[in-house]
Amino acid sequence: MPRRVLVLLILGLWLLSSLAAPLLVAHSYASLDLRARLQGPSPEHPLGTDDLGRDVLARLCYGGRVSLGVVTASLFLALCLGSLVGLASGYLAGWCDRGTVLLTDVLLAMPGILLAITILAYVGRGLVPLILALSCTAWVGYARLARSMALSLRQREYVQASLASGAGLPRLLFRHLLPNCAGLLAVQAAAGAASVLLAEAGLSFLGLGIQPPMPSWGEMLSTGCDYLLEAPHLALIPGAAVFLVVWALNTLGEEMAASFDPKGKAIALAL
Amino acid sequence: MSRYALARILLFIPTLWGLLTLVFFLNRAMPGDPVEIMLGENAAPARRTEMRHALGLDRPLAVQYGYYLAGLATGRLGRSLRTGRPVSAELAGAFPRTLDLGCCAMLLACLIAVPLGTAAARRPGGGWDATARLFSSAGFSLPSFFLGPLLILAFAVRYPWLPVSGADEPGSIVLPTLALGLPLAALLVRIVRTSAGEETHREYVRAALARGLREETAFRRHALRNALLPVVTVAGLQFGAVLTGAIITEKIFRWPGLGTLVLTAITGRDYPVVQGAVLLFAATVLTVNLGTDLLYARIDPRVRHA
Repeated sequence: MPRRVLVLLILGLWLLSSLAAPLLVAHSYASLDLRARLQGPSPEHPLGTDDLGRDVLARLCYGGRVSLGVVTASLFLALCLGSLVGLASGYLAGWCDRGTVLLTDVLLAMPGILLAITILAYVGRGLVPLILALSCTAWVGYARLARSMALSLRQREYVQASLASGAGLPRLLFRHLLPNCAGLLAVQAAAGAASVLLAEAGLSFLGLGIQPPMPSWGEMLSTGCDYLLEAPHLALIPGAAVFLVVWALNTLGEEMAASFDPKGKAIALAL
Repeated sequence: MSRYALARILLFIPTLWGLLTLVFFLNRAMPGDPVEIMLGENAAPARRTEMRHALGLDRPLAVQYGYYLAGLATGRLGRSLRTGRPVSAELAGAFPRTLDLGCCAMLLACLIAVPLGTAAARRPGGGWDATARLFSSAGFSLPSFFLGPLLILAFAVRYPWLPVSGADEPGSIVLPTLALGLPLAALLVRIVRTSAGEETHREYVRAALARGLREETAFRRHALRNALLPVVTVAGLQFGAVLTGAIITEKIFRWPGLGTLVLTAITGRDYPVVQGAVLLFAATVLTVNLGTDLLYARIDPRVRHA
């Protein structure tokens, strides 16, 4: 299976270079050297230097680290919020459910990146607003999935039995409903990681996400676009990194979804 | 008008209202005072109070909300803090450019996806199938902010055939269209291939073949028509993603559309323009989604009667 090997290789390299970035690179991602601007690869700087003379390899590794952190944090927040709201709404039904459905319909009707741009425009830029904006756009899908699961699970005998023996809402949600849909939510999150990474890179490319001097692949690409003629490697290297990692995450998500839910039924139902 | 269409339109209204309300409250919840942005930090308190009154910011929130909805209903979106021109005029200048770009990208995507997807579905495992797979898998992961610079490198550095930025020359739209349309084509190829592959094995196709139709005719007249139904939905629903994706494409190619306008406005904290542009984006997306639903019901009677 050469494709699986390639996927694991890319993701492994991404994780390793992100987690071990301080050990792997000799330069700081922020140290300027204006005498060595826009240089090509050299023994001193294996991937060259950018417009301010910073080491591209260091920025690439630390940029991957930032992306990894942003994707993990956003997915975690989105999963928590989405599954909590979705499970409660599906279980309680009634006006609470109708309200949630209307809210998620409104949010789904708006393209995710537009919602994120709107939030960042008003809340401000930087790491924390970016994570908030990304999780605000991503939670809706998980809420819909969790809701559709809860709607079918609430009629099950073990849930009814627990209710009859006096269990409160938190116990029903966290002991009975959540464990039964956690697997599917996790698969959905794996499939969604690529789009969160793309959104992070896109927003940083627009200058609304990660702010310099903190490195991010999107911001590196944006700088690279200004120097396409003099130093094309400034755009090509972070671009290739985004492409490879997104491809690997997409492929991983597809394979996980295919083995967990071969007919794609549960996820199609929720959306 | 059928009940289905009526139900879709009735759902459109609360959705649009929800969006308007969301934008209103985001606008009010932002940190920083719009009066301070307009007058600067050192303005006299009397001048501030006057400005606050002129903008209606001293009224209760519910009253402000009422004025906001009434203003939208009559097309008054306020004035740009940066240029002083009405927001509606700013939007009217930029929006057609974005719409041009979005329509060209959508057209390009369909022109690539339908022939390639059907060719792949006709001979599973064949050469076209392999091409379609490679194209959709690569294009799906290739963001426009990487494809754009690649196109610029190819067409400005290697083969200087096409203008790479602005919108003044006739060929200017070609590269932004490619950057926006190719990732969409990758998605559509996948849909066309799956859907055409499923339809060719249906009984009505076999019945057509049994009646003596040539394979080519049976495929084109019977299978293909049904296979393209889901493509209409996906293409319609993706139009919103194309329009908002144009924000990134416009930045790369310096295309003077709605995306460039909204980015400039965000940088300059020009909130009336941000609000107007977001509303216009959202209203367009919702309208196209509604149109797609209605069109789908029109071409597929099963949806209407379900």
